[in-house]
Amino acid sequence: MSRVAIIGVGQSKFVRQYPGSIRELAFEGFKTAMQDAGIGVGDVGASVICSAPEYDKQRSPAGIFAEYLGLNPQPTFYVETLCSSSSTGLRLAYSLVKSGLHDVVAVLGFQKMSEISSAESQERMGRGADIQWESPFGTMMPAYYAMYARAHMQAYGTTPEDLALIRVKAATYGQLNELAVYRKPVTMENFTSADDRMAGPVAAPLRVGDCCANADGSSCLIVASEEKAKLFSKKPVWILGLGAATASVNLAGRDLLTGLSVAKQAAGQAYEMAGITARNVDVAEVHDCFTIAELMAYENLGFAEPGEGRDLIRGKETYKDGRIPVNVDGGLLSKGHPIGATGGSQIRTIVLQLRGEAGDIQVKDPEIGLVHNIGGVGLYGNVTILGR
Amino acid sequence: MGSKREVDDRFKKFGTVSFTAISKINDFIDYLEDGKVAGTKCKECGLVFFPPRADCYQCLGSDMEWFEVAGAGKLLTYSKLQFAPVGFDQDVPYCIALLDYGHYKVFGRIAAEVPEEELQVGMEMTVAVNRLPNGQLNYVFQKI
Repeated sequence: MSRVAIIGVGQSKFVRQYPGSIRELAFEGFKTAMQDAGIGVGDVGASVICSAPEYDKQRSPAGIFAEYLGLNPQPTFYVETLCSSSSTGLRLAYSLVKSGLHDVVAVLGFQKMSEISSAESQERMGRGADIQWESPFGTMMPAYYAMYARAHMQAYGTTPEDLALIRVKAATYGQLNELAVYRKPVTMENFTSADDRMAGPVAAPLRVGDCCANADGSSCLIVASEEKAKLFSKKPVWILGLGAATASVNLAGRDLLTGLSVAKQAAGQAYEMAGITARNVDVAEVHDCFTIAELMAYENLGFAEPGEGRDLIRGKETYKDGRIPVNVDGGLLSKGHPIGATGGSQIRTIVLQLRGEAGDIQVKDPEIGLVHNIGGVGLYGNVTILGR
Repeated sequence: MGSKREVDDRFKKFGTVSFTAISKINDFIDYLEDGKVAGTKCKECGLVFFPPRADCYQCLGSDMEWFEVAGAGKLLTYSKLQFAPVGFDQDVPYCIALLDYGHYKVFGRIAAEVPEEELQVGMEMTVAVNRLPNGQLNYVFQKI
């Protein structure tokens, strides 16, 4: 069986407000990935465009991008699974290459959240859940994750301080990431002084410091067949495992409230496909849209037993020199979360780690990396395992 | 004489802000008007649904009967919101919560008069229809 590789990765700087149009934003991620791969537009057989469309004024951005990126007349199409859109894009690109339909596929994730006004954005956030049965009560993303945090705290005695430790870790590495939107240090004192912004209430028990920020950004992955990977790349990174799952949108349809069933299921599939277990993972990127999401990911991915995720962060085991380094690029908490671009940015970090090109945040000689990318509040889950 | 087509948009009455007007389970609103929170049960295979559904995924049937959500449910989790989406600003702060009724769960809001300090995961609560200041209808969870 022939393998499928990632031969190029790129991303734009993640910023509060990108000073350009969506096609120009997309170009930044695409350009860096194409330069990284060392190929030309004629080598790309198809493109997969990933984002959450409710932020766009442009209808059907895929066609606009194909033109702007010089990818006419190759086919292009759009894929959406909320915040995990670009991991789903990678899954699709893998199938396109594995099937033999295309040799090289570009996966481009983007989001210009500032494309719409703050009021429009608020209105869309209100519709980010089950609009018939949940949104009429006035729901928001932080409140859903807060409900998971409450359930986790109740079941296992996890504390708000444990969650704050995750934000402190994110900021430790966010300061080193030139592409991150939030680069200031964060300490536990930020959470203990009542008048500090980080300690401000959002949706109890989550505080401002527990939440990632909206951002504009783009990311791009160049996916290739084994033959093309060996032709174009000195350091191809192989896709070893892919897992994907869904769950009920409405919380009323969920049985597990101390973790995300989609993450457990997607991880199980990905480990099985790669023929490994959690113990074999040397470095990971997890979807820390909120601090509690990273803590649950430790447990759902098998890095810790259920209820013991806090021990990993208390013991600094998920820092760069710990047992299982997690989000050493700053995570969503520091990088910002431009929805459609996030998965591609996470995958980029792991690819650079496996190539030994991660600079200041390089983990010692990793062979296998994992990416956990969640859409909505555990509505969609993607887990990707990569290896040298 | 052309007959004017009537649109059944009863569902627009649900919640502080409703995002849906037309649904096959619009009778849910009539039950609310009558002081009842109701779910549906598939007449074919007996599967129970809350929130109510018009269609059964198990047997693919669409013949449903209504049942009333009655008695106590167990509080599984909740969160107190200090910020709200557009249209809910007047309601802040408020708690959203999930109650477990065994065969189904109910997502909703904690009654405004229940102080957050008195909430305890695992406590039993009941569900009651609530008429909002703007004339809309929803349901809330109350202490027993």
